[in-house]
Amino acid sequence: MNFDPRFSGRKFASVGTRPIRPDGVDKVTGRARYGADFNMAGQLVGRILRSPHAHAVIKSIDTSKAEKLAGVKAVITAKDLPDLTDGDAAMYDILDNCMARKKALYDGHAVAAVAAIDARIARQALKLIEVEYEVLPHVTDVDEAAHHHAPLINDQVFTEGLEEKPAKPSNVTKRTQFGHGDVHKGFAEADFVVERSFKTEQTHQGYIEPHACVASVNADGTADLWVCTQGHFVYRQHCAQLLGLEASKLRVTSSEIGGGFGGKTHVWAEPVALALSRKAGRPVKLVMTRDEVFRASGPTSATSIDVKIGARKDGTITAAEATLRYSCGPYAGSWAEIGAMTAFACYKLENVKTVGYEVLVNRPKTAAYRAPSAPMAAFAVESAVDELAHEIGMDAVDFRIKNAAQEGTRASYGPVYGPIGIGPTLEAVKHHPHMKAPLKENQGRGMACGFWFNFGGQTCTDLNIGMDGSVSLAVGTVDVGGSRASLSLVAAEELGIDYSHVKAIVADTSSLGYNDMTDGSRGTFSSSMATISAARNAIKILRERAAQTWDIPVEDVIWEKGHAIAKGEKYGNLSPLSLKEIAAASGKTGGPIAGHSELVADGAGVSFATHICDVEVDPETGSTRVIRYTVVQDAGKAVHPTYVEGQYQGGAAQGIGWALNEEYIYGKDGRLQNAGFLDYRIPVCSDLPMIDTQILEIPNPNHPYGVRGVGETSIVPPLAAIANAVSNAVGVRMTHIPMSPPRILAALDAEREG
Amino acid sequence: MVEVTLWGSLSAVAGGKARHEIEAKDIRELFRKLAEQYPGIEPWIDRGIAVAIDGTIYRDTWSKELPKNAEIFLLPRLAGG
Repeated sequence: MNFDPRFSGRKFASVGTRPIRPDGVDKVTGRARYGADFNMAGQLVGRILRSPHAHAVIKSIDTSKAEKLAGVKAVITAKDLPDLTDGDAAMYDILDNCMARKKALYDGHAVAAVAAIDARIARQALKLIEVEYEVLPHVTDVDEAAHHHAPLINDQVFTEGLEEKPAKPSNVTKRTQFGHGDVHKGFAEADFVVERSFKTEQTHQGYIEPHACVASVNADGTADLWVCTQGHFVYRQHCAQLLGLEASKLRVTSSEIGGGFGGKTHVWAEPVALALSRKAGRPVKLVMTRDEVFRASGPTSATSIDVKIGARKDGTITAAEATLRYSCGPYAGSWAEIGAMTAFACYKLENVKTVGYEVLVNRPKTAAYRAPSAPMAAFAVESAVDELAHEIGMDAVDFRIKNAAQEGTRASYGPVYGPIGIGPTLEAVKHHPHMKAPLKENQGRGMACGFWFNFGGQTCTDLNIGMDGSVSLAVGTVDVGGSRASLSLVAAEELGIDYSHVKAIVADTSSLGYNDMTDGSRGTFSSSMATISAARNAIKILRERAAQTWDIPVEDVIWEKGHAIAKGEKYGNLSPLSLKEIAAASGKTGGPIAGHSELVADGAGVSFATHICDVEVDPETGSTRVIRYTVVQDAGKAVHPTYVEGQYQGGAAQGIGWALNEEYIYGKDGRLQNAGFLDYRIPVCSDLPMIDTQILEIPNPNHPYGVRGVGETSIVPPLAAIANAVSNAVGVRMTHIPMSPPRILAALDAEREG
Repeated sequence: MVEVTLWGSLSAVAGGKARHEIEAKDIRELFRKLAEQYPGIEPWIDRGIAVAIDGTIYRDTWSKELPKNAEIFLLPRLAGG
């Protein structure tokens, strides 16, 4: 990488200000175009037929009646999506998930699809497709699935990560282990030990916009895909591979996105839409219904976690251990592995051990959900940490401060930390007025910490300077949280011009080099690095053009506050040249002025947060209301503080829904019973208090401005913070998320019955 | 020569040893030499391994130099949301 990413400690003119986002007016006036807002001439309507069974062999599919229905232009099954994955097991799973090949593995698994001239005919055609199933025993519960008597979902799966290869197949695909020291020795040194088991139910990211795309495959092998996604370059790679297209011939354009939170990092319906278009010879629009989004996109894992933590009387943790079982849906994943890595990451531990088990179940394929896997692990660990503090008789914040990781601490997942922010977030919480506010009857306060890694990745950016001096910035990371505003601020900062003169867009896959998707809190971290690099490359050209104009060596020209300046007394008579002046003359000094950058933005700094929550629980109904909530999180450097605050608030809001209400409910028949927002209740504005935020800025040494990712960490502490608050309010330790009214009443009843 | 620590599951396919002394100047050479010594590691490298150098995690910069006496820790390459 020909770019120095180290933190420089510079002073900022634009970065850190709060201008209006460039996409804001379009969004509030309804002009912004989302996935379903795009249309092509002659487009057809695509619809997918889904399995009503949780687990069944597909014995035959007869599409002949559907094909004969007037208005139907194409019917496809797995035969129309042949296996081109060339032994790539992960891609094969994606292919099989897009269209079941031999078995339907969950309620909602796609088995066939149609393209018709309108939605009514498409629905009629689905009813005419005859699928013969042989229904098999199913399992949807993570603990039951891990049991050796459970129905096998894939008899070719033998647990990886064991010392000896197992003799029998299992639903447990992988065992992973992290830690250091000797936990047996550590527990022997403990004066107090807390040991508990916890469960969390499966939740969906709950994005408001369903998956939607328009696909058009042409006879010459070229194709277009307009789609709502977090990563159009990744969608291009996956779709091209699954359809046998050349990547460069498939142009993918990302629409505005009505929420993704990890759920739009995978292809679901897009390869199906492309296959329908290829067969029909016409464009196909495919928009999932909400029912389909719940049943057949990618929710997060359900989990079952055992935690044991020991400490001395003085509050020093001597040992910590956790066993984590995470559901993956019917395909292998690494979700428990991430939980095992993040579980104890906030703490300085001499003896720690975590073991993760990935478990197959007959549910939709698990997908990433904002700091995937970390919130559930934090719920279990932070609940046990709170209980241990109470047993020792220490304040919960002081106990955490005493044991908090710091620079030089060996993380529970392995490496030694550089500069980190867990200590400062805890100190800020300790002194926050929220912690001293009085509570009323039936109210409780809880707090909890959370950790997330943050990632960087492949990034490519173009910066073009127009002849009027305005700047176009083309980035390849989809804007999920205001990054066009942040990146415009960064370009303005580097060039020394006003934010209003920069216009950022998300370019399509044919206009820019490859970009990893917007995940891992990498959008602003990575693309700001590439934008800084591109702007500096443009400044180099601007200096050359000024030098040419002045006929002096370029080495004598510096760039300052948007102007080329000839340095040295001998150039005293030369007035600085503004960017606008240099741009206006560019046609006569060498042509267009642009800066380009392609890099791998590695070195994203880890991130920590601590949350405080007050709740009020109605002991008669078990209903819980969050009455006050505060987020304290390290941002490294908040490029656009309003959108950083928005990320903090959004993570807390999603966490509140997850903690109190949201869960996938399956019947004994293995079918999802609450596939809609009426029965799967996400919080609405009237359910939430104003979520207070405090941004800490502990610079990331591996970014020129000190930026860390901010999008995901904010969802890690809420489950635990709210569970601690509810437990303190009702006097019973809550161990099962969501803490819905029936579950709280059951816990209170169980306590009364002893 | 650098000392490399492997996370639990990876050490199972590297002779059961967590710590390894390897002569490697950068991440690319480190992966190559590990794969030569322990062929079972190759599929893991294909699936993705991240390298923490003094606590900073590198996922894709295989040209990253491994400073002498640096703390080098191999981790799974994780997904984000």
